[in-house]
Amino acid sequence: MRLFFKYMGLEFKSQMQYRASFLLLMLGQCLTPFTSFAALYFLFDRFGQIQGWSFYEATLTFAVTYVAFSVTECFARGFDTFSSLVVSGNFDRLLVRPRNTVIQVLGTRFEFARIGRLILSIVVLVWSAVQMEVDWTLLKILTLVLMCVSGVFIFTGIFILAASISFWTVQGLEIANIFTDGGREMTQYPLSIYQTWVKRFFTFVIPFACFNYLPLTYIVGREGSDSPLYALIPLAGVLFLIPCLLVWRIGVRHYRSTGS
Amino acid sequence: MKPYLSVFRLRISNGLQYRAAALAGVGTQFFFGFIFIMIFQAFYTHVSAEPSMTLSQVITYTWLKQAFLALIVLWLRDNELFQLITSGNIAYELCRPSGIYGLWYAKLLAQRLSSALLRCFPILIIVSFLPEPYRLHLPPDLLSGLLFLATLLIGLLMIVALSMLIYISVFVTMSPAGSLLLFSIFGEFFAGLIIPVPLMPDWMQRIVYVLPFHWTADFPFRVFTGNISPADALTGILAQCLWLAALVLFGQFTMSRALRRVVVQGG
Repeated sequence: MRLFFKYMGLEFKSQMQYRASFLLLMLGQCLTPFTSFAALYFLFDRFGQIQGWSFYEATLTFAVTYVAFSVTECFARGFDTFSSLVVSGNFDRLLVRPRNTVIQVLGTRFEFARIGRLILSIVVLVWSAVQMEVDWTLLKILTLVLMCVSGVFIFTGIFILAASISFWTVQGLEIANIFTDGGREMTQYPLSIYQTWVKRFFTFVIPFACFNYLPLTYIVGREGSDSPLYALIPLAGVLFLIPCLLVWRIGVRHYRSTGS
Repeated sequence: MKPYLSVFRLRISNGLQYRAAALAGVGTQFFFGFIFIMIFQAFYTHVSAEPSMTLSQVITYTWLKQAFLALIVLWLRDNELFQLITSGNIAYELCRPSGIYGLWYAKLLAQRLSSALLRCFPILIIVSFLPEPYRLHLPPDLLSGLLFLATLLIGLLMIVALSMLIYISVFVTMSPAGSLLLFSIFGEFFAGLIIPVPLMPDWMQRIVYVLPFHWTADFPFRVFTGNISPADALTGILAQCLWLAALVLFGQFTMSRALRRVVVQGG
């Protein structure tokens, strides 16, 4: 873990060398969710609700997704560019070092400019939490925090899974985008609006519902989901990381250098 | 004209080679299409006042967007050109006897076309046979269909002219990240790629109609769905042509200005 923070500090220093470009990029990163948010706002302006969910409930979902996703992108970006590491053969270098490969790959890249996006998402999160008609208990606030944490774990798991594909194909697959960018796009709205097969898949196979929709039903106090057990569901999302790390380990064993 | 045509042909055949990548792209675009449609469906279920665009029009619009993505998005970039500018290899391009604007224009146009040709047919064919409500509905009459092809083509020429402006801006800023990001984020929103323009509030629509972006994607797609009548489409084509001419002239002007200021350092 110390190693991880050391990598982080190094990368932070190197990115701060170009301060102006860093700030511009940070600003740009803020604006990316801005248009998605505007779209959300305009649609609610036109339609009023989405299958019984109000505007602030939707913005809370939106914000949780973006908080989780931007934290993940900030720290786990190394996995996103992992296929280039395999193609260039540079992964061999990491393998000969006596350290965990997961931490080393994580350490190859941090994108601190994503912090701009994170700050904006947190602002939206707090704002919609205040505007919502919910009496916030301590447990509900805890649930909200757990939702964000669980989201980070799930997205990191997906990044690792997507990167593991390149052990077998060398090139990463564009299909993996379905679960990274597609997952982000999808979880901006409560999962209940989608068709049953989508809901099932993203609850039991990839547990997006655990960090997003199911705990949300507890927070707003939907019928049938007011048991405090629902507050702990985000923890199930954390478990998702375990099979992902397993796949990664199988991948590392299966790895053969491209030799370039 | 001949050198431009051969650059165009070369790039088309080059682009058509990436069939596997295109197939993966098609899968992704299907998934995104379904997600967008389900979101719109959910919004439309308990609607009190019917908006100026029906759900089936929105669905057709979404599939067209997914099928022709390569023709209409602004974030498609050619890193080769960026490298030419920032590394100084632009000097070789300047030695060529034909105009650099035309060459690059032909190159970008061919890239978009080849990528779209590979992707649009599988998507269009499959979505025409999907069960309701996901099916793509054909245009209401033949005239709308023909007008759609014309408007999409002019829209494509416009989008290439617009993206040329991004490359030209790199001459000044030397880094593609910033200008590309801002330009594409707002451009795509105004082009109706995030939500169709008729679903935006009225004050936003007024802004959209002043800008060129909506002519590139939103306009042709609405002609296809019948949301814009053939008569309006004809006047729209006129506006598209005016915009195209203005964008190309402006691009050529700024490019010649930028090229005059280029200092190539030896090495």
